[in-house]
Amino acid sequence: MPMLFFPTKPTMHMAEDSLLDRSRTVAGPGYNRWLVPPAALAIHLAIGQAYAFSVFKKPLGALISGNPDAPAPADWTPGQLGVIFSIAIVLLGLSAAIFGKWLERVGPRKAMLASSLCFGGGFFIAALGVHLHSIWLVYFGYGFVGGIGLGIGYISPVSTLIKWFPDRRGVATGMAIMGFGGGAMIGSPLAVTLMDHFKAAGTGTLGVAATFLAMGLIYLLFMQFGVWTIRVPADDWKPEGYVPSNEHNALITTGNVTADNAIKTPQFWLLWVVLCMNVTAGIGVLETASPLIQESFSDGVMGAGRGVTAAAAAGFVGLLSLFNLLGRFFWSSASDKMGRKTTYAIYFGLGILLYALVPTLGAGAQLTLFVVVTCVILSMYGGGFATIPAYLSDLFGKLQVGAIHGRLLTAWSTAGVLGPVIVNYLHTNAKANGLVGAAAYQSVFYTMAGLLVVGLIANFLVRPVAEQYFEKEAAKKAAA
Amino acid sequence: MDQKTSYPTSDATPSSTGAVAFAWLFVGVPLAWGVSQTFIKALALFQ
Repeated sequence: MPMLFFPTKPTMHMAEDSLLDRSRTVAGPGYNRWLVPPAALAIHLAIGQAYAFSVFKKPLGALISGNPDAPAPADWTPGQLGVIFSIAIVLLGLSAAIFGKWLERVGPRKAMLASSLCFGGGFFIAALGVHLHSIWLVYFGYGFVGGIGLGIGYISPVSTLIKWFPDRRGVATGMAIMGFGGGAMIGSPLAVTLMDHFKAAGTGTLGVAATFLAMGLIYLLFMQFGVWTIRVPADDWKPEGYVPSNEHNALITTGNVTADNAIKTPQFWLLWVVLCMNVTAGIGVLETASPLIQESFSDGVMGAGRGVTAAAAAGFVGLLSLFNLLGRFFWSSASDKMGRKTTYAIYFGLGILLYALVPTLGAGAQLTLFVVVTCVILSMYGGGFATIPAYLSDLFGKLQVGAIHGRLLTAWSTAGVLGPVIVNYLHTNAKANGLVGAAAYQSVFYTMAGLLVVGLIANFLVRPVAEQYFEKEAAKKAAA
Repeated sequence: MDQKTSYPTSDATPSSTGAVAFAWLFVGVPLAWGVSQTFIKALALFQ
C-alpha cells in the first residue's frame, strides 16, 4: 500500500495513535508534495459522479414497466427523481458547513475515510431502495448519506493542499476541484457500461440496483487511495527555496481567522454572495443547454437538415463539461498571478457581456459564436468553484480554511435550488407568452446577467479583514 | 521520555519518483478515459 512508499514523520505517541489520526499523517522528510494532488483527486474524481446522476433518471423512472419509453403509472416520476440530486446537493453544503471544524481537528485522512464510507454506503442503501422500489430509501441512501459523503469529501483535501502549496494555492486547489468536474465524465460512461452489462445479465431493475452496488464498491476502493496517500506537512515545513513575497498585498493576510470568527466578517458574506451568484448563473446555462441549442438552431432557423439534432445537443453538453473542467484548472492557476479579486472581476465583468450576448447570437443563428461564448461562460463557472478556496485562504489565512470553505459551500446549495427555480419559472413564463426559440430564453439570460452584476458589486466591496478578527500570535505560529 | 517511534523503516526513505508517477497514473488514467468519452460525444456537434 502507499503507506510503504510515502514517508510519515514518527511522533512521540505514535503507538497509541490510530492510523487515522492527524498525528499519523504528518509527512516525514523527503515526502514529495506532488503526491498530495493525486490523493485529493482520488476523492474528487469519485464524488464528482454526483453530477452524472441524471444518467440514472430514465431507467429509474421505468422500474415497474421495464420500458424507459413507456413508464407505468406506478413508476417514479421525473419530479420524484429530481429530488434525489437536490437532497444530495443540499446535504453537500450542510455537511461541509457542519463537519468543517471537525475536519480541521482530526485531519484529512479520517475525513476522507468518512467520506468514502458515506459515499459508497449511500450507493449500497440506494441499491436496496431500487430493489425494494422504495423512493424514500433511495432519498436516504444516495441523497442523505451520499450527500454527507459529498460534503466531507469536497472540503477534505482543501486546507491540506493550501498548506503544501503556499506558493501556488490556486494551482493546487484548482487541480483537486477540477477532479470534481472530471468525476461526472467518468461516472456517466461508467454507469451506462455497467447498466448495459447487468441488464444483459438479467439482474433485474434494468441493471440499476446491481450498478449502484458495483459503483459503491468501485468508488469506496478508489477513494482509499486518497485516504492512505494523503499527508499533512510538518508545522515547520516550507517548500524548498520558498520565500513569501515581500510585495505588500493587503488582500493576502499572514494572520489567521477561525471559522467561527470568519462568519462574523462582511468579507465572508460578500464571498458567499460572489459564489452564489456565479453558480446560479452557471446553472442557468447548464439547465438550458440542450433545449436552448436545439430550439435556437432548429431546422426552421438553419434550413432543412441543417438544424442541431438531439445527438449534437448532447455533444454540446459534453463540450460544456470539458470547458467546465478546464476552466477549474486554468482560471484558478491564473488567479495565482492575477490575484483573486481581479479574477472574479473578470468572471463577472466578462460574464455579464457574454450572458447578455447569448440570446442575440441565438436569434442571429450564429452557431459557432454561440458555442464559443457558452464554453467561455462554463469555464468561468468552473473557475469560480476552484478559485474560492484560495480567495478564502488569502483573506482568512490557512488555519481553518477548510472549515470556512465548508461553511461557504452553503452558497452552492442555495444556488442549486435557486438556479433551476429561476430558470424554469422564466422559461415557462416566456413560453406561456408565446415566445419560441432563442426568444424564449432571453429573460433567463438577461436575469442571469443581472445576478452577475450583484456578484460583481459584492466582489468589488471585498476589503482586507479587520484586525480584531485575527487570532493572536501563538495561533499564527501554530498555523505557519 | 518514552518515545514510541515504532514506524517501519521505509518511512525514513523519501517518496520515489516512481511512487509519484504511479499516483498520477492512478488518477490520470480514469480521468483521461472520462475526458476521451466526453470528447467523442462532443464531436457529434461538429458533424
